[in-house]
Amino acid sequence: MRLTLHIWRQRSSRERGRFETYRLDEASPDMSFLEMLDVLNEQLTERGEDPVAFEHDCREGICGSCGLMINGKAHGPEKGTATCQLHMRKFRDGDAIRIEPWRAKAFPVLKDLVVDRTPFDKIIQAGGFISVNTGSAPEANLVPVPRNTAERAMDAAECIGCGACVAQCPNGAAQLFTAAKVSHLALLPQGQPERWQRVQKMVEEMESYFGSCTNFAECEAACPKEISIEFIARMNRDFLKSQFRGS
Amino acid sequence: MKLDPRVPTGPIQDKWDKHRFDLKLVNPANKRRFEIIVVGSGLAGGSAAASLGELGYHVKCFCYQDSARRAHSIAAQGGINAAKNYQNDGDSIWRLFYDTVKGGDFRSREANVYRLAQVSVNIIDQCVAQGVPFAREYGGLLDNRSFGGAQVSRTFYARGQTGQQLLLGTYQALSRQVAAGAVEMYPRTEMLDLVVIDGRARGIVTRDMVSGEIRSWVADAVVLATGGYSNVFFLSTNAKGCNATAIWRAHRRGALFANPCFTQIHPTCIPQHGDYQSKLTLMSESLRNDGRIWVPAKAGDTRAADQIPEAERDYYLERRYPAFGNLVPRDIASRAAKTVCDEGHGIGHGGRGVYLDFADAIERLGRDAIEAKYGNLFEMYERITGEDPYTVPMRIYPAPHYTMGGLWVDYNLMSTIDGLYVIGEANFSDHGANRLGASALMQGLADGYFVLPYTIGDYLSRHMGEEPISADHAGFKSVEDEVEGRIQRLLSIDGRRTVDSLHRELGHICLDLCGMSRTQAGLEKAIGDIAALRDEYWQNLKLVGTNEELNQSLEKAGRVADYFELAELMCRDAIDRQESCGTHFREEYQTPEGEALRNDEDYTHVSAWEYRGEGEEPVLHKEPLEFENVPPSQRSYK
Ligand SMILES: Cc1cc2nc3c(=O)[nH]c(=O)nc-3n(C[C@H](O)[C@H](O)[C@H](O)COP(=O)(O)OP(=O)(O)OC[C@H]3O[C@@H](n4cnc5c(N)ncnc54)[C@H](O)[C@@H]3O)c2cc1C
Ligand code: FES
Repeated sequence: MRLTLHIWRQRSSRERGRFETYRLDEASPDMSFLEMLDVLNEQLTERGEDPVAFEHDCREGICGSCGLMINGKAHGPEKGTATCQLHMRKFRDGDAIRIEPWRAKAFPVLKDLVVDRTPFDKIIQAGGFISVNTGSAPEANLVPVPRNTAERAMDAAECIGCGACVAQCPNGAAQLFTAAKVSHLALLPQGQPERWQRVQKMVEEMESYFGSCTNFAECEAACPKEISIEFIARMNRDFLKSQFRGS
Repeated sequence: MKLDPRVPTGPIQDKWDKHRFDLKLVNPANKRRFEIIVVGSGLAGGSAAASLGELGYHVKCFCYQDSARRAHSIAAQGGINAAKNYQNDGDSIWRLFYDTVKGGDFRSREANVYRLAQVSVNIIDQCVAQGVPFAREYGGLLDNRSFGGAQVSRTFYARGQTGQQLLLGTYQALSRQVAAGAVEMYPRTEMLDLVVIDGRARGIVTRDMVSGEIRSWVADAVVLATGGYSNVFFLSTNAKGCNATAIWRAHRRGALFANPCFTQIHPTCIPQHGDYQSKLTLMSESLRNDGRIWVPAKAGDTRAADQIPEAERDYYLERRYPAFGNLVPRDIASRAAKTVCDEGHGIGHGGRGVYLDFADAIERLGRDAIEAKYGNLFEMYERITGEDPYTVPMRIYPAPHYTMGGLWVDYNLMSTIDGLYVIGEANFSDHGANRLGASALMQGLADGYFVLPYTIGDYLSRHMGEEPISADHAGFKSVEDEVEGRIQRLLSIDGRRTVDSLHRELGHICLDLCGMSRTQAGLEKAIGDIAALRDEYWQNLKLVGTNEELNQSLEKAGRVADYFELAELMCRDAIDRQESCGTHFREEYQTPEGEALRNDEDYTHVSAWEYRGEGEEPVLHKEPLEFENVPPSQRSYK
């Protein structure tokens, strides 16, 4: 496959970026998208040019490291698929592809396609946990959890924290990410004691970094784990209720 | 040097209780005065850092990813073992202990394995309390499955994402301690060396992966939880960033490296499809429960699978192992696949693949049942290969996956350097010559939640009230200089080959000659080839850019430099171990039927290697192993 790649290049967060255009004639339909970039980087290095920096680690769609805007879509054209799992057979010979980093105020670019997603960690630190010290847990089967409840909690817990939801949102909001963690824990009996204070703290922290949600629902479409926006409604309800309950 | 494993005396069931009582404690007020460095935020490091923070220690935790939540533990699919016996099928601590010792082919330390089985039950309690959404039965109680050929159902799982859910539990506990100020988290910070002063581990030197800043960190104890070294093979199921740098640098500073040649090659991975391939993807082992493995009976047969009639297929596992068939342990399944491919029966790219066929299962159970069981795996397969496994048999091939070898540790998980602890896949401890499925997650969490937090206190209590040292100490400065010197050396080579191209070639050598099957001559050749390639590396490497920026090629270059040295030690260890055991198969030592032949008389020991300097031969130390509770027997799966 022959491709024309328009790639965002930016040396550091302090410098301004721009698009550069590269020709790549050696792509193959069986390659993953990131392998295609590997091939480009090998060529750039051999020519003495700076290779394109992009984040990746597991390359199995689970660690949440990777994430590129591909032709304006977070993680590219295939539904429910992280960038590292996207394969070139989804493109055609002769295609031009525009590759950009996540664009969001809360995620500054560090270099080329690599962004800083620290605010996600901050949201979890604000309350995305159950306070249980090592060793103090009761016997695991003491509290039965209805199968459907566990499955529903798992639907939310599958979030890989990649940031596609924020990148795709016109407001740069992090509702889907936050709601996934809030709901995962609020659905389970173990999460009840801290339920109301958790949602308050996490939402507050979220709002200090990210834009507001105005229900575009683009996040759901971009999510590689197809996490449902129903969880956002759930979080909003919990947040509202928490106001009446105090903390 | 005498290796003292510090195994407590007494009956195996009582050792850990007795030992916990004998360990000295640090009182709560004094814990605040101790600084502990934990390198790694996977299941082992994350759980250790969180637990130590809860206890009141000052903890600094490091990882190379942009967030602690992305450690490669996240990729584990299958599940985690625990001896809960919820299924009433005869499981017990003793049985898990027995299975693990036997599965490791009698090359692990009994006392460690018993403790692992003991604390396995606490792990599940802890994870459930944290909110890990394990699979449940309709009555709301925890579900189990049988995994990796075990005869009991003791594996707990969360869909195909058990590692993810366990790691998120750990990450949540860690985040809570970060918020409480007990743990400081340093992501995008790579440990490049260990600082040893007066024989004790006193800190580390790191590189900030965004700014390039080289920095020293002082501590009273250092814990390495940096995972395994399968990426020495270049293509593996590990994440791209997984590396051996932390443990290798510690090895060079005096920590013995145990059983480096014990590496596990997992039988069910998606085969390589091209020369540009960057990693291999694991397909859950559970697929072997219903899939049948075969190759064309005629060598060189290039017909499509559906053109090959039943009579011209060789279901080689069912043929060779009628009792276990497709469910033989990992090492046996992997080796058998290599053998049939070596003999010319392999299919797909480069003849390196075998079929995993669901046609019979679909006919017997119906497509819906297969979809319910394996739907997401089939989807993943199709996404990567573009083939539909409901109609065309899957193609699989073994891939490097896990390393049983690692830094040598005693019963307290301390290495041969005072104050340096090693936990999780980075140590050598519990799996002997072969790890059973669903046991690595268990070990990582056992080490981090339930073993290290006790044993480290004993060490610290002996150093109460000592003068603190500062990062200005000459010991730190000289290591910083070495680290900077190495980086400059790498950057100034200005040759013609990229890191990946050289790493790929190293991987080929290792997989060919020190992979699933090994010979004396092959290993000797490998050592020569590795040395030659390493020379080329230091003369012909091409890096672009500087240290003072985010530079991913430079990160890789440092890691690969260490892999060259580790690869050589791996081959030396494989030469020295003149027997076949577990995953270590030496062609010279096999039964007439072609099965692994152990030599208990001469090799019932841990091989622990001491580094003696650049260009010097390493020195071998042996820790004899005793099997008082599980008498060694020949594994048989016929
Ligand atoms: C695809 C796959 C599937 C698996 N499935 C299962 C399964 O079903 N059941 C099972 O029991 N086991 C499974 N395993 C094995 C198991 O996942 C691992 O052995 C285990 O998770 C390792 O945990 P760890 O904490 O030791 O290391 P890791 O999770 O690898 O963590 C290593 C940590 O160290 C950090 N680090 C590494 N080097 C440095 C450095 N130089 N400087 C700073 N930080 C560093 C990393 O950032 C990371 O935080 C699987 C493994 C793979 C690859
Ligand atoms: S690299 Fe891990 S999710 Fe893509």
